[in-house]
Amino acid sequence: MEVGQMQRQWMDYTKSLFLEGYLDGQFLQLQQLQDDSNPDFVAEVVSLFFEDSERLLNDLTNALDQKCIDFKKADAHIHQLKGSSSSIGAERVKNCCIIFRSLCEEQNIDACIRCLQQVKQEYFLVKNKLETLFGMEQQIVAAGGSIPKMELSF
Amino acid sequence: MARGGSSSSSNPKISALIVEDHRPTSMLHEAILKRNNMETKVVNNGKHAVELHSKGERFDVIFMDYNMPEMNGAQATKKLREMGVRSMIVGVTSCTDFERVEFMAAGLDKCFKKGLTRAMVEEVLQKLKE
Repeated sequence: MEVGQMQRQWMDYTKSLFLEGYLDGQFLQLQQLQDDSNPDFVAEVVSLFFEDSERLLNDLTNALDQKCIDFKKADAHIHQLKGSSSSIGAERVKNCCIIFRSLCEEQNIDACIRCLQQVKQEYFLVKNKLETLFGMEQQIVAAGGSIPKMELSF
Repeated sequence: MARGGSSSSSNPKISALIVEDHRPTSMLHEAILKRNNMETKVVNNGKHAVELHSKGERFDVIFMDYNMPEMNGAQATKKLREMGVRSMIVGVTSCTDFERVEFMAAGLDKCFKKGLTRAMVEEVLQKLKE
């Protein structure tokens, strides 16, 4: 596949992530901070987000698995995940966390457990999408091309 | 609120302290501030921010998260103001409205919702010039 075609595919794929609500403008800002002096910035930040999120999801699973659930502790974990996902623009994960926090406040155990599954699903979806995106970028760079600049004009 | 000076009078760059326990978030904030030609330092909780100031370090602006271990943003802000720190302190947080009120009352100059954007930083820089 020639570089131009790869770049167009990358742009279409990136656009779809925004249109489908996986990512918001904050991710665009992340991309705009990447330059020649910081060529792996997005991948580094997102990598840390992945590590952080998986740790928090494990902590949440453990927290909701207790006989006597500490909702305050669970809320603290969700708050962290919400902040982290906001920072990188993982919109669906962030929105799930907002709902999760209100369920924690209500101390609705069953709803919290269902919501945790939803958060995990959204997280693994966006992780998969971002890994696909980074794979496409690596192919473009390997073929001697550069990653196009995205504008949020769609 | 009067502003604290930067740590070196001959340094033309505005100095910023980022108080944030989340590595992905602090990386993002640091990159945005550096892109705006600011000198940055990062600590991962309010207690470390207070300790830096106890040792005499000062910054033109402090970007403070709310939820952090050991000492949260509101506690750290209150402590810094009690110590006489007059730097601009900007909250950057995804906390609830109730927590935000507590945060502002602790002595913030401004509070932004996470994530920090270049437009927000430019607003802060504009205020610093006034």
